[in-house]
Amino acid sequence: MDILYFAWVRERIGLPRERVETKAATVAELVEELKAREDRYAAAFADLSALRVALDQDLSDFDAPLDGVREVAFFPPMTGG
Amino acid sequence: MKIAVQDSPFDFGAEAEAFSAGASGAGAVVTFAGLVRDADEGSLAAMEIEHYPGMTERALTRIAEEAMARWSLADALVIHRYGRLETGEQIMMVATAARHRKDAFEAAEYLMDYLKSRAPFWKKEILKGGGSDWVAAKDADEDALTRW
Repeated sequence: MDILYFAWVRERIGLPRERVETKAATVAELVEELKAREDRYAAAFADLSALRVALDQDLSDFDAPLDGVREVAFFPPMTGG
Repeated sequence: MKIAVQDSPFDFGAEAEAFSAGASGAGAVVTFAGLVRDADEGSLAAMEIEHYPGMTERALTRIAEEAMARWSLADALVIHRYGRLETGEQIMMVATAARHRKDAFEAAEYLMDYLKSRAPFWKKEILKGGGSDWVAAKDADEDALTRW
């Protein structure tokens, strides 16, 4: 699946998107896999309350299943307007 | 209904005129423009706005459709820019048209409240002395959604 990062999450991880092969069943499991990779991921995902997640471009939550999901995006709370 | 996400500037007057002219049956048109505001100490050089192409258009369309249905609007418009914007530049505008002004005002406020915290934009302040800061979301903006 494609994973996208925006704003300071993108800066902290150091790339805007990447493709990962995962068997994670939920967003939370995917986050744990990413955190185990490298310090920069662990730093970006240290406080999940400061993050939002979208699944296939719809806002979702960390307990959501990843079944059939093609695109996961992580970003801080939005500041439009 | 018009939803536009663009890096180029827009002509607020021309957009408002065209919107008003096309809103048949409406007795009220409300427009709002948001500008890049300088910091109190005048330290802001520019604002950089990042967005999530695809999801942004989707989220704005959904928010505008919700407003259209809830206030029986004749029409609604949202234009939001991204990229680097200088102090004083227009970031975004919304317009609503309804039979009566109360609906037009309320729907415009609803659009603003939702696109502040439910449309995937992120603002970064670029400071004159160098350096930059991501703008943190305000609790007040999230709380504002509860009134709807």
